[in-house]
Amino acid sequence: MKKTILSAAIGAAALGLASAASAATLDDVKAKGVVTCGVSAGIPGFSNPDDKGEWTGIDVDYCRGIAAAVFGDPTKAKFVALSSKDRFPALQSGEVDVLTRNTTWTISRDTSLGFNFRTVNYYDGQGFIVKKSLNVKSALELSGAAVCVQTGTTTELNLADYFKSNNLQYNPVVFEKEADATTAYDSGRCDVYTTDQSGLYAIRLKMKNPDENMVLPEVISKEPLGPAVRQGDDKWFDIVSWVHYAMVNAEELGITSKNVDEMKTSGGPDVKRMLGSEEGSKIGTDLGLTNDWAYNIVKLVGNYGEVFDRTVGPNTPLKIERGLNALWTKGGLQYAPPIR
Amino acid sequence: MATTSSTFVRQDMLAQQPAPLGISGPSHWFRTRLFATPKDTVLTILALALLVYVIPGMINWLFIDAVWTGSDRTACATVIQGGILPDGQSGACWAFVEAKFQQFMFGRYPADERWRPILVAVLFVILLVPMLIPKVPHKGWNALALFIILPFISFFLLIGGFGLSHVETQLWGGLMVTLILSFFGITVSLPLGIILALGRRSQMPVIKTLCVVFIEIIRGIPLVTVLFMASVMLPLFLPDGWTFDKLLRALIGVSIFASAYMAEVIRGGLQAIPKGQFEGADSLGLTYWQKTRLIILPQAIKLVIPSIVNTFIGLFKDTSLVSIIGMFDLLGIVTLNQSDANWSTPVTPVTGYIFAGFIFWLFCFGMSRYSAFMERHLDTGHRH
Repeated sequence: MKKTILSAAIGAAALGLASAASAATLDDVKAKGVVTCGVSAGIPGFSNPDDKGEWTGIDVDYCRGIAAAVFGDPTKAKFVALSSKDRFPALQSGEVDVLTRNTTWTISRDTSLGFNFRTVNYYDGQGFIVKKSLNVKSALELSGAAVCVQTGTTTELNLADYFKSNNLQYNPVVFEKEADATTAYDSGRCDVYTTDQSGLYAIRLKMKNPDENMVLPEVISKEPLGPAVRQGDDKWFDIVSWVHYAMVNAEELGITSKNVDEMKTSGGPDVKRMLGSEEGSKIGTDLGLTNDWAYNIVKLVGNYGEVFDRTVGPNTPLKIERGLNALWTKGGLQYAPPIR
Repeated sequence: MATTSSTFVRQDMLAQQPAPLGISGPSHWFRTRLFATPKDTVLTILALALLVYVIPGMINWLFIDAVWTGSDRTACATVIQGGILPDGQSGACWAFVEAKFQQFMFGRYPADERWRPILVAVLFVILLVPMLIPKVPHKGWNALALFIILPFISFFLLIGGFGLSHVETQLWGGLMVTLILSFFGITVSLPLGIILALGRRSQMPVIKTLCVVFIEIIRGIPLVTVLFMASVMLPLFLPDGWTFDKLLRALIGVSIFASAYMAEVIRGGLQAIPKGQFEGADSLGLTYWQKTRLIILPQAIKLVIPSIVNTFIGLFKDTSLVSIIGMFDLLGIVTLNQSDANWSTPVTPVTGYIFAGFIFWLFCFGMSRYSAFMERHLDTGHRH
């Protein structure tokens, strides 16, 4: 999401300086007894502390899912809060085992930074929020508008690209911090505010009068957010990826944390295969885990839909629609290869 | 010719009279201080108007319209924002501070183990209070307990060991971390600063050069850079699998940083001591260390108490910079909790910042008052 030029530079330096991190992450994780995940230092719904100080959010639950798969215990997840500058060096140096931190999957990160991405636990995209009083129905009508934007992020670049390619004039009002940009927009300093759509939902909560604002239909960038691991450890990469696929498959098959015990014995062959109750199944052990790995994920953390609803969905103040994150069977993009 | 003497000598003293009303009492005070000249009058009226304009609104926002209890954002948001307050009402959301209070104090320290930081705090206060009152005897033992034994005990109490469960520093946070960082910084920087200051004035070229280089390098780098280097770059240079505790990195960074500043403050005091004092001590046959300990330092430090406390206060506030390396001190944890969508309202961030600001002010003001007291107490006549 927020890729600063600095972070890219540091990440590149990291690649040159750090020796290749140890290849057998799974063994390290098992030896430590805890999986260490890099999360953001506070993005509503993705990773933020609750009243008790426990981390919650969709990225946090992904990490808990990995802990459930490896240890059968979601509490064996340790979270390291990372700023967008710190995140790549932290993964590169082995301070974290996996980066479940709201990170956009791009080719440069996949290649030159030396990371691997495969799953997308949240499809995001950059959008605009405007005052209704402007009477604007589309971003193409925004010519000449003052746009509040956070500096040093791809958001700023996307904005410039979009306005340039559509031959529109605009007047950027840049801020160092997201909070300042939001406040400025809310107090009328600019006509438009732009950031990732998940961020727009969070910002509505901080507005004096959310109903006076509307989100424009245009989504001007692709921001597939997913976990990253270091290159060169395919086994660990498989585990991290299949944790997500297990959650998505569970939702598709109708397995939830509530009915998983029942489904384990009474479900169809595909359900039993996934939950490890099929005779002679080797799926879990081939992955380097136990055969009840998927059962543990669903039982202890939940399927993808449950996690989504609990962290960012309708049961939360954010009230984000499934949209692109719906299952492929329901018009979304969440599609998981079969477990067989 | 009879002459009448016109001389008069009063035999009894007149009783003391109160000063005439014109030059005493409230009306005089007002007249001379607030309305002495037309310019004063205009300024006074402007200032009063400003206060009348600002204060009622502030009190209203902070206390009267404020929300004191609640379990989530609905308590602090107006109807239009998805809450229960009538539209147009805006007040501080103290319910947010209440819900997060434990976190603001201890960070994510496990709830069942929070007696440990509380015990440390109690021990700290028990040892600190007698240390601060000049009349209480046994300062030497007290200092030993406070600066050497207590940190040692606290370390094991907080991190675990000897049957206590292990609580990694990753989970520490809030005011606890702010106080640990500043206490450690203060405790280390004063002696280290004294040594560096003496070293810088030393006749021995190697020691002198080392001290000058250290002080000038550290003073030439912003604290943010020191912390950022320690957190981002250091892990890349260390061998694989080596992790260096983040809190430890911050502690070291903050203390060496404060030491360099402290050294310059102390050096200022050393330079203010008249040459006669050094020569007097020499002529008594005192060794270098006797001279320094008994004659020079007591006078030098007394002279620079305001600057020392100034450095302490600066250090206390600088600790909030550790939030850039992913540690959550008081300010960091307040900011972090603003990302909790369950409490996200237009007033929550401001309330959080006011709370953090108030706590910081409380400690800094306390330090400043104590230093003023110490200055009066130690004022044994150096007025020129």
